Amino acid sequence: MMSFQTFMQHLVNGISLGSLYALIAIGYTMVYGILRLINFAHGDIFMLGTYFAFYAMTSFMLPWWAAFVIAIVLTCVFGMIIERTAYRPLRNSPKISVMISAIGVSFLIENLAIVLFGGRPKAFPIPPLFGNIINIGGVRIANIVFIIPVITIISLAILLYIINKTKIGMAMRAVSKDYQASMLMGIDVNHVISVTFGIGSVLAAIGGIMWAMRYPQLMPLMGIMPGLKCFIAAVVGGIGNIKGAVIGGFILGLSEILIVAFLPELSGYRDAFAFVFLILILLFMPGGLMGENIKEKV
Amino acid sequence: MKERKNIKKLLNIGAICFAIVLLYIFNQVFNSFQMRIFNLCGIYVILALSLNLINGFVGLFSLGHAGFMAVGAYTCALLTMSPDMKAMNFFLEPIAPWLENINLPFGSALIVSGLMAAIAGALIGAPVLRLKDDYLAIATLGFGEIIRVIFTNTQSITNGSLGLKGLAKIGWFNASSESIWWIWGIVILTIVFMVRLIGSSYGRAFKAIREDEIAAEAMGINLFKHKMMAFVIGAFLAGIGGALLGHLIGTIDPLMFRFLLTFNIVLIVVLGGTGSITGSVISAVIVTVAMEALRVLDGNIEIGGYMIQGIPGMRMVVFSLLLMIVILYYQRGLMGTNEFSWDILIKRFKPSKH
Repeated sequence: MMSFQTFMQHLVNGISLGSLYALIAIGYTMVYGILRLINFAHGDIFMLGTYFAFYAMTSFMLPWWAAFVIAIVLTCVFGMIIERTAYRPLRNSPKISVMISAIGVSFLIENLAIVLFGGRPKAFPIPPLFGNIINIGGVRIANIVFIIPVITIISLAILLYIINKTKIGMAMRAVSKDYQASMLMGIDVNHVISVTFGIGSVLAAIGGIMWAMRYPQLMPLMGIMPGLKCFIAAVVGGIGNIKGAVIGGFILGLSEILIVAFLPELSGYRDAFAFVFLILILLFMPGGLMGENIKEKV
Repeated sequence: MKERKNIKKLLNIGAICFAIVLLYIFNQVFNSFQMRIFNLCGIYVILALSLNLINGFVGLFSLGHAGFMAVGAYTCALLTMSPDMKAMNFFLEPIAPWLENINLPFGSALIVSGLMAAIAGALIGAPVLRLKDDYLAIATLGFGEIIRVIFTNTQSITNGSLGLKGLAKIGWFNASSESIWWIWGIVILTIVFMVRLIGSSYGRAFKAIREDEIAAEAMGINLFKHKMMAFVIGAFLAGIGGALLGHLIGTIDPLMFRFLLTFNIVLIVVLGGTGSITGSVISAVIVTVAMEALRVLDGNIEIGGYMIQGIPGMRMVVFSLLLMIVILYYQRGLMGTNEFSWDILIKRFKPSKH
């Protein structure tokens, strides 16, 4: 039987992984809510965020806070560029072509990253503020594990404020409710979509930088698995629903850590849990935990 | 009209005979490198056709092809491998006893591997085919990954992440000159089968489902039965393609069957035109040859005395850029939904009578 300390350790790890998943899942859910598109490139945007921060700190010798801000801004711009070049021209095309375009962009970014950044893993320099290890009643935990949930909650509060209280947020809600009608109401839909991609990319960059401080090994293909899992988190919570994405992210992160902790013999199957979970949810609760079920009408 | 039908039948038989002669000539002329590329083309034709049946004709966006290929490749490899070779491969953990002494000839192993992939397809399809569009895509992708993770962990059956090495050459006699006949023979069979299937009432039902599910159902088409049928046939062909690929390369491991492999096939289907058999065949050959030709980019290039340093990986960047251009500007692909047909040729060569 595992001791209380070990259990707490796993619990804290699970919460911090869950917060990371939640941050990235929000990006998926926002884009899906507005465009009905799985943004396959989101995982790669997350990867770019970590590399931008890495190069800002190592090549340009910037202090960590400046490096993080620059990385977040660059990632945001990059996300918007992707939307403009790869998704906007296909706005009126069948769904499948847009999805293939999304997969194509993700493929392109991954290959570009391999060429530009090199295929070998890089070690992320962790600022001491985040890397220090503290000891609470026999549980040894790095600062970053506590910082992650706090930052997640702050980002979430800002995001909810933007969506519920500002004008652009109102436009976003309108577009996700009814694309055509909001166009008729004089909302600049392209601008709204651009902003949505920007916000999603900012959250992905924040998630990516914290991910890099938690698991400090950067690889060009590191975004694929977290990307897929966070999409699953978004589906589990009910895609298109921001609170759902957060709940889905926490459920996925916690269950992933705890299942491996309690049943170590299953640790090899760790990457398969999320998919099994996804398929069960799709079969028994197709709308997700927080989503509504929409019946297709003729 | 009767006369036209007979002419077409003769032309079809003639084309197949011509293809066989061509294969014979290729078999004599090509060196081993060219031969390998040519065989790889054939395998990608099979895989592209199988995915096009699911994606292009029935309109189910499935991304789990690599999983079916893995099932086929592992089944065929384990069935044909000699007990000595198995003992050599499974040095970390001995092979499961029931698998140890199984040794089938290549042909029957190939059929069994197709059947195993088809069973996997049926098991996956039964729950998943109720989903639509992107949900279906992500669920099939998930199943593909699950198959890969399972194969990584079943050490005593698949040898886990170490993979299997020393797969026998394609064919009965362990001779390399045999593989072209097997691969391209199966290609011809697949093409004939696909053309007949698409021309049959099933094929028309598939297309009806692709165009409008609700209307198709209202016309009395059993949606689930037809989707399942296409999915299982597609999985069967993918299993055979995977088995051939494994035996052509000679080694298999779970990492080979990542999402990237599925994506390569999706790409071939899209470039050729989703819903066109001709398009898939042509684009499978073009893409496979182009992937090899672009290898130049990875090495050093000399232009007018200047040496341009090659960057490893550049090939894939150029390739994905080309792909994006096609997706954004030529959405219909090479052939759209058009097919090659004798009628067009006959019309062109025959002076009009009326």
